[in-house]
Amino acid sequence: MGDVQIERQAPPQGSTRRHFYVAAIYGMWAAISAALGIPAFVYLFFPPKLRKQEQFVEVGDISKLAVNSPVEMTYRRNRVDGWKVTSEKSTAWVVKRPDNSVVAFGPQCTHLGCAYHWDESRSDFLCPCHNSIFAIDGKVVSGPAPRPLDRYETKIDGSKLLLGALQQPAGRTS
Amino acid sequence: MKRRWDALHTWLDHRTGIHTAVRQFLYESIPASSGWHQVFGSVAVFLFLTQAFTGALLAFNYAPTPGEAYNSLRYILTELTGGRLIRGLHHWGASMMIVIVVLHMVQVFLYGGYKKPREATWMVGVVLLLLTLAYGLTGYLLPWDNRAYWGTVVATQIAGQAPVLGPYIQRLLGGGGAVGVVTFARFYGLHVLLLPPATLLLIAVHVYLVRKHGVAPAPGDEVLPPQQFYPRQVFKDTVAIFIVFAILFAMAVAVHVPLEQLADPTDTSYIPRPEWYFLFLFQTLKLFNGPLEIVGSVVLPGLAILALILVPFVDRSRMVKVTRRTAAFAFVALAAIGWTSLTLAAVKSTPKEAGQAVVDFSAPTDWMQLSPEEMAGVAYFREENCISCHAIGGHGGSVGPDLTNISIHKDAAWMIQHFKRPSALRPGTSMPPIQLSDTQLNSLAAYLLKLNPDNATALDNAPEFATQGALVYQANHCGSCHMVNGIGMKLGPPLNGLSKRQTRSWVEDHFADPQKLSPGSFMPPYKLAPKDMQNLVDYLFALP
Repeated sequence: MGDVQIERQAPPQGSTRRHFYVAAIYGMWAAISAALGIPAFVYLFFPPKLRKQEQFVEVGDISKLAVNSPVEMTYRRNRVDGWKVTSEKSTAWVVKRPDNSVVAFGPQCTHLGCAYHWDESRSDFLCPCHNSIFAIDGKVVSGPAPRPLDRYETKIDGSKLLLGALQQPAGRTS
Repeated sequence: MKRRWDALHTWLDHRTGIHTAVRQFLYESIPASSGWHQVFGSVAVFLFLTQAFTGALLAFNYAPTPGEAYNSLRYILTELTGGRLIRGLHHWGASMMIVIVVLHMVQVFLYGGYKKPREATWMVGVVLLLLTLAYGLTGYLLPWDNRAYWGTVVATQIAGQAPVLGPYIQRLLGGGGAVGVVTFARFYGLHVLLLPPATLLLIAVHVYLVRKHGVAPAPGDEVLPPQQFYPRQVFKDTVAIFIVFAILFAMAVAVHVPLEQLADPTDTSYIPRPEWYFLFLFQTLKLFNGPLEIVGSVVLPGLAILALILVPFVDRSRMVKVTRRTAAFAFVALAAIGWTSLTLAAVKSTPKEAGQAVVDFSAPTDWMQLSPEEMAGVAYFREENCISCHAIGGHGGSVGPDLTNISIHKDAAWMIQHFKRPSALRPGTSMPPIQLSDTQLNSLAAYLLKLNPDNATALDNAPEFATQGALVYQANHCGSCHMVNGIGMKLGPPLNGLSKRQTRSWVEDHFADPQKLSPGSFMPPYKLAPKDMQNLVDYLFALP
């Protein structure tokens, strides 16, 4: 019971033993919090290891496409969503250009994600939700859309079109 | 600055009383005899909070339905940074919690801390012990692998044997004996929705009672001045918490928690095992057969719990020094011996699953997608010790080039020529020629061409039984009639998913005499060495 007496004799504020206790308590709790907090942060904020990388998906035959006449092509692609890989129907607006290169636009308006369509009579892409209008090269003509249409990475294998990841054009207009 | 700080404190304290409350909590006086032996309660509370924290983190990436549960847990383990650590903390934290709660009880029991007026504190404590076990039981099912599934099948059937209540308990657990989606939902609900608030409430009652009656004093404390809880006892509690946490953290990092294959209710060969802290019950059950089974499954455990609850009413003697409580010590020693021998007996009687390889699904299993030829290539890669000069996925020697991206630069023809005479294509290279047959070199090249940065480490870590099994497969030309992963011929049945269709012993007998088990089969008999047979069957059974 020696400890008890020492503690009683020493004034509580000035005791070095008390200081040691308090410092040790704070130190150990800080270490425990860090050992739990840092892994938790890493676990929640680091992106998952991308093991199934977005690969090019075959979309269809483009040999019969007419120049400057956009066509909406439908295909299936695997989407990785957390622990699920879902095969889903997807579309792209495909345009063959005069120099025979091919551009594939993502099917959603860059304003609020509505499905737009090609308006044959005016030769523009028209979004029915808020009347955003895009030119055939994807640039915004009028309406609230903040940036040109998103484009897929494309690859051409013979007469087949393959699409990769959807990318936002570098230059923003807003 | 300090004045402002004090003013803020005063302001906050006037509004909330938080300062006063903390002060009252910390500066409570405790008996002079308090010390290291009383740290376990605090450690248990700490572990409970850690479990709640890691459990919530797991829940953020976990889908609580069968099938999805397994896939999402695999996602946590293989795709998320730190996921394996968090799961390790939660898994081992559960075991640690049981250990600490039991130590806490043993301490209170030895010191006679349950005596008047602290009977209620003790009884609430017993209920908390049962809740801790309930977490273990319900949490065991949640990975939804074979171990989880079959362990729970046994547990629910035991619960179903309870007199009178049995069928009701079984219905409550969702299903007449069969463990399925309903059972899963109920276990998950119990584990995360019902048990945590119940535990919190009972911990609050438990701590309130400890405060109300004060920490149990030892004889002689009356004449000594009491001490304050803070900082000396808080320091001791913190040291204990720190040590326990350090052990837990080390286990989570170092001790691998496996994930077995997805629960398969048709896999009748699986031998279920409960978690280690339930093994003694499992063994007790074996001592009683036939109509007496209920004694081991329900009556004895029930009586034990009742006895624990009634401890304060059985022993109503005065408080004496702990060193003089020989009866209590004898009782604890007896219980410890009984528990240990039952557990040891259960461990000893666990069959080694006939040396079967168990696939660890908590690591990437890309190797399952390889064809047998490519798989055999992994074996040659290891036999020839290529790794001492070449790296794969960042692991290996740096004398030769890293092979992870080799498929971009080279093709099979180049490789095979290079294997035979390295200096012909790369003058001055220090690589020795590889002395393997053409078939074997083809295999090696096929494997190397499969490598990419995503799968390199996973393929490099393919289990030994699979690579050895693929060697046997290749040596016996199984691929001339059978197909694996779409490669091979279709004269015989494809071999993917074999484990779902046949038992091991059937497959082994079939090799010896195909005509006997599948009349009309034109498969020739194969006499394989026992080791080869085992590797081949392990490999084929691991194929999805």
